[in-house]
Amino acid sequence: MCLAIPAKIVSLLEKSRAMIDIGGVQKEVSLELLDDVAVGDYVVVHVGYALSRLNEEEAQKTLALFAELDGSLE
Amino acid sequence: MKKRHYIRPLDIKWGRIDMTHGSGGKAMAQLVEEMFLAAFDNEWLRQMNDQAAFAVQQGSMVMATDAHVVSPIFFPGGDIGSLSVHGTINDVAMSGAIPLYLSASFIIEEGFPLADLQRIVNSMAEAAKEAGVPIVTGDTKVVEQGKADGVFITTTGVGRVPDGLRISGDRARTGDRIIVSGTIGDHGIAILSKRENLTFETAILSDTAALHGLVAAMVAQVPDIHCLRDPTRGGLATTLNELASQSGVGMKIRENAIPVRTEVAAACELLGIDPLYVANEGKLVAICAAADADALLAAMREHPLGRNAAIIGEIHEDEHSFVQMETAFGGMRMVDWLAGELLPRIC
Amino acid sequence: MTGAMRYVDEYRDGELARHLSGKIAKEVHAGRQYRFMEFCGGHTHAIFRYGIADLLPPEVKLIHGPGCPVCVLPVGRIDSAIELAKNPRVILATYADMMRVPGSHFASLIGARAEGADVRMVYSAADALNIARENPDREVVFFAIGFETTTPPTALAIRQAKRDRLSNFSVFCNHVLTPPALRGILDVPDVLLDGVIGPSHVSAVIGTGPYEFVAREYGKPVVIAGFEPLDVMQAVLMLVRQVNSANATIENEYSRAVGVEGNRKAQALMEEVFELRESFEWRGLGWMPYSARKIKPEHAEFDAEARFGVSHHTVPDHKACECGDILRGVKSPKDCKVFGKACTPDNPIGSCMVSSEGACAAYFSYGRYKAA
Repeated sequence: MCLAIPAKIVSLLEKSRAMIDIGGVQKEVSLELLDDVAVGDYVVVHVGYALSRLNEEEAQKTLALFAELDGSLE
Repeated sequence: MKKRHYIRPLDIKWGRIDMTHGSGGKAMAQLVEEMFLAAFDNEWLRQMNDQAAFAVQQGSMVMATDAHVVSPIFFPGGDIGSLSVHGTINDVAMSGAIPLYLSASFIIEEGFPLADLQRIVNSMAEAAKEAGVPIVTGDTKVVEQGKADGVFITTTGVGRVPDGLRISGDRARTGDRIIVSGTIGDHGIAILSKRENLTFETAILSDTAALHGLVAAMVAQVPDIHCLRDPTRGGLATTLNELASQSGVGMKIRENAIPVRTEVAAACELLGIDPLYVANEGKLVAICAAADADALLAAMREHPLGRNAAIIGEIHEDEHSFVQMETAFGGMRMVDWLAGELLPRIC
Repeated sequence: MTGAMRYVDEYRDGELARHLSGKIAKEVHAGRQYRFMEFCGGHTHAIFRYGIADLLPPEVKLIHGPGCPVCVLPVGRIDSAIELAKNPRVILATYADMMRVPGSHFASLIGARAEGADVRMVYSAADALNIARENPDREVVFFAIGFETTTPPTALAIRQAKRDRLSNFSVFCNHVLTPPALRGILDVPDVLLDGVIGPSHVSAVIGTGPYEFVAREYGKPVVIAGFEPLDVMQAVLMLVRQVNSANATIENEYSRAVGVEGNRKAQALMEEVFELRESFEWRGLGWMPYSARKIKPEHAEFDAEARFGVSHHTVPDHKACECGDILRGVKSPKDCKVFGKACTPDNPIGSCMVSSEGACAAYFSYGRYKAA
């Protein structure tokens, strides 16, 4: 719940902060709730804080699930 | 005209507006002369009367007024000055009228820097000159500190409607097409981004612009345009609801057809606001008969301010005057009136 | 409107939507009712905003849950916030969502501000801290609301305030928990649910474990779903499949952001700063045990309730307001007599109409054309 948006880490700043980019818009957020975040990672941002890291592999699996055919003759 | 002699010139660099600038005495006269008249300079202002006289033209005249209280005063792509000139020119132009003259009245807060005022005044002069619409009369008042947010500007404009035009909010009819002149949300996001410290790869600038040239090109192509309106406060959604309500019709639009810049869409996602409700200051909505739509669209796209024009939907019968939208996702939703203020949300 | 927002655009694809819609329609057993509750207000908003209901077969009924922290805050707590704001020494920092929520006698924070109270909208708890730093001679109170997604940032702010030895910052804490609310809903006799669509970002924080009780004790499946419309539809499909095979397990559709353990760092932080209230009043669900957080006694200087002596008053909802039943999923907005008449987003009587995530607001703004 609560408005959270996936964004890319484009640079790490001091005091556990980072610059994120989504669709060309950049904003500073806090990384205090996550460890080991690297430039290029995608994170979910809520009220100015990165909450969790996005797993690319799982993301692809989910997209594949959506597109799955149900296997029956049609 | 005898020029008055002032002991010291205005200190544009470091000076500030104080209560004497609004009292009607020498300080005010100097401010008006050295700043406003110098920048706006035209035959009416040179006469230094309290009013401007001009011949009344035959046909239908229109008059429109707008107060401008935008904050921040200076924003990417414009300022309160250019906004006030464009805004009223546009209100006049939305009737199909050719804007002729503008008035400008200023309410300035005690302590406002003269440098900022000069910047605003220069911006207005430039906007008026570019649009070919002179500021022919005005007024200045100063209020105590805290009683105005820097400066408030009210502009009023008059124009003449060419014969044969009947553009009005109540003329939308079943089957008509809805056209928007370009990308939506640019102005509001330019403002909000400054307040919320968002930066952009490609800067989002306010789209503030005078639209009378575009309108002239449009009516030249399709004289029987039914409705024109510029979606300012409250955005495209509010304008569509207003028109639907005035005309007593329903609307159906397609999300995929509405032009929105990627960065504007992304900024809206981040802030939790809907681009449909974000203000525009250089765009218009046109409603015309289906048969005229393609020609009108082509004419708009020819004009620099209409390059991204698009047909976004159509009018149908609806006693409730709902505006409905087919989402990019495929389902339908309503596009309602704006409730309250446009507030960014967390939830 | 197309764009280049990764991890967003792909999950809104219209073609995949039609494909999923077809799959769901094929797999539901004709004539059978599938009643699923989307707990989270963010999902309610997405469902209406994207018109997801149009893409589901009539067998699937979505019931809107209480996962909207604005909606579940009872009138008495709003009154307390307004009272705090009216204290001339106080600057009340609040999320924008709370500005127009009506307290008693239709008072609100935006109304209080018009009357001279210093109420400031902030985007995050960190902004509130900044206001405190910039205004050392004023008392800054942060009006904290939200489920487990929004709680860790508040915890961070309190910890930072302690480190910085800020003496003019406190939090009016109204943070609530998701699992107890879920239990509260499941215990409501008139609510018949076949499954739950679990919240996206609460789960990113708490993980999947806390939902196990739903399957174990109530025999209902839970599918944790992502925030995007395709996620919601996939979750519906997964729930349909579980129901069809009489299964009840916790599944995670939002695996790209939610892990089994959740965010340990955030959890530890919450433990450090907060403890559970014995009981807390929820609009619609009444008093629920261990369902909300309060600031630990060792951090009492940052607890606005201790600092300002805020006492709790139970204030009943407006007579005509059905938010309570709507939050419990027993009634739908259309069932409320004042919906769309005396109660609209511009003149809200209850919180469900103010919050953009509230079922009533969502239905009014996006969906009321269907009933007309």
